Amino acid sequence: MSLWEYANPVKFLKLSDKLLPFFTGFSIIGLAIGLFWGFFFTPDDYRQGSTVKIIYLHVPSALMAINAWFMMLAASVIWLVRRHHVSALAAKAAAPVGLTMTMVALVTGALWGQPMWGTWWAWDPRLTSFLILFLFYLGYMALWSSIDNPDTAADLTSMLCIVGSVFAVLSRYAVNFWNQGLHQGASLSLDKEENVADVFYQPLLFSIFGFVFLFLTLVLIGTRTEIRLRRAEALRLRKDRE
Amino acid sequence: MIALLQRDLILAVRAGGGFGLGMAFFLIVIILVPLGIGPDMVILSKVSIGVLWVGALLACVLSLDRIFSLDYDDGTLELLLTSPIPLEAVVTVKAFSHWITTGLPLVIISPILGLLLGLQGGDLKWVFISLLLGTPALSVIGAFGAALTVGIRRGGLLLSLLVLPLYVPTLIFGANAASKGLADISNGSALLILTAVTLAAFSILPFASALVLRINLR
Repeated sequence: MSLWEYANPVKFLKLSDKLLPFFTGFSIIGLAIGLFWGFFFTPDDYRQGSTVKIIYLHVPSALMAINAWFMMLAASVIWLVRRHHVSALAAKAAAPVGLTMTMVALVTGALWGQPMWGTWWAWDPRLTSFLILFLFYLGYMALWSSIDNPDTAADLTSMLCIVGSVFAVLSRYAVNFWNQGLHQGASLSLDKEENVADVFYQPLLFSIFGFVFLFLTLVLIGTRTEIRLRRAEALRLRKDRE
Repeated sequence: MIALLQRDLILAVRAGGGFGLGMAFFLIVIILVPLGIGPDMVILSKVSIGVLWVGALLACVLSLDRIFSLDYDDGTLELLLTSPIPLEAVVTVKAFSHWITTGLPLVIISPILGLLLGLQGGDLKWVFISLLLGTPALSVIGAFGAALTVGIRRGGLLLSLLVLPLYVPTLIFGANAASKGLADISNGSALLILTAVTLAAFSILPFASALVLRINLR
């Protein structure tokens, strides 16, 4: 009994069938508590007013935008090393979700930046790296959709994901080198003295929890769809041959 | 390997289109920018570094699909795969010959175009140096993108979408080194990092490109 057993599409479908209701439930509960608590039961910040509440969408989506890429990287490496189709399909399914999260982070950031910094957009290192991350997602998805053979597409996109990750990290540091920004430093770290105040921190944790499970739910649904599409394609090919 | 380099260079020159086109495109970009911004030399010299670098980048991207696509179409690439030279070396040679035919001419004419954008004598040196150190990275990163899209019909737009984000670090460090040189700030660290990016790209990326080519030739 090992984890790799679930690389079998049938077993994966069975397992994910059982997991999906829980993941959906967790994400609804987390988002409901986090967002309601955050929006209606926290005080306004004394300097930022009620705009501080954008944090409950902005921070979790930004977090998931980056983690979705890491998940794709892990899935790509697993596909290249162990050739499990489910892994390649999971990476494919995660890309649109990551792209959306990146967009949500950018848009909520712009909405927050307008009243606070007085501008929708600034060439701040973090903003710029997110825009670059957005381009990486676009390129990755474009490559998937332009290759017909599914195995070749999986191989090539995995390589792109790996090389892209190296360059994405490099870009992150290059952008820091290029401009010092408006963004505040890390304020949610576990090991620092001064963080966001507890009133804002606790609902944010629920919201992050909700976003993590939202991401997992969407990726699971996407992967299941891809597996079924692949199966339908195989059935069609077999019928054509007969 | 030298024979392969010679062959690629001769093909690029004699087949036409490849050798001068990048340079002509670069020239057009540099001419169009003042038409768009206005003839004020002070403003132009402020944006000159960025324009030169972005122009070189775009000129480089346009010629990338030539690295592999012709050889892929007529089967030469499959012969090269079975030849005694490892595919990694083939990729390196091809990226290098792309640099000689596209990158090097851009580097050589960049000081002249810098004059058009209002840069002065000593400043041109930094444009030249930063492009000289940076453009080889553009060729070898581009070879990876070209290898990815070699099997795709009309993959030109896709190729630029894939490759341009990968150019971000080179562009930042290159333009940064040049503008620091212009402002008489010490730019040693930026030049060193730029060189490091180029060297690292040349030493690591051919392996990735060769792997991708093998997948495409399967």
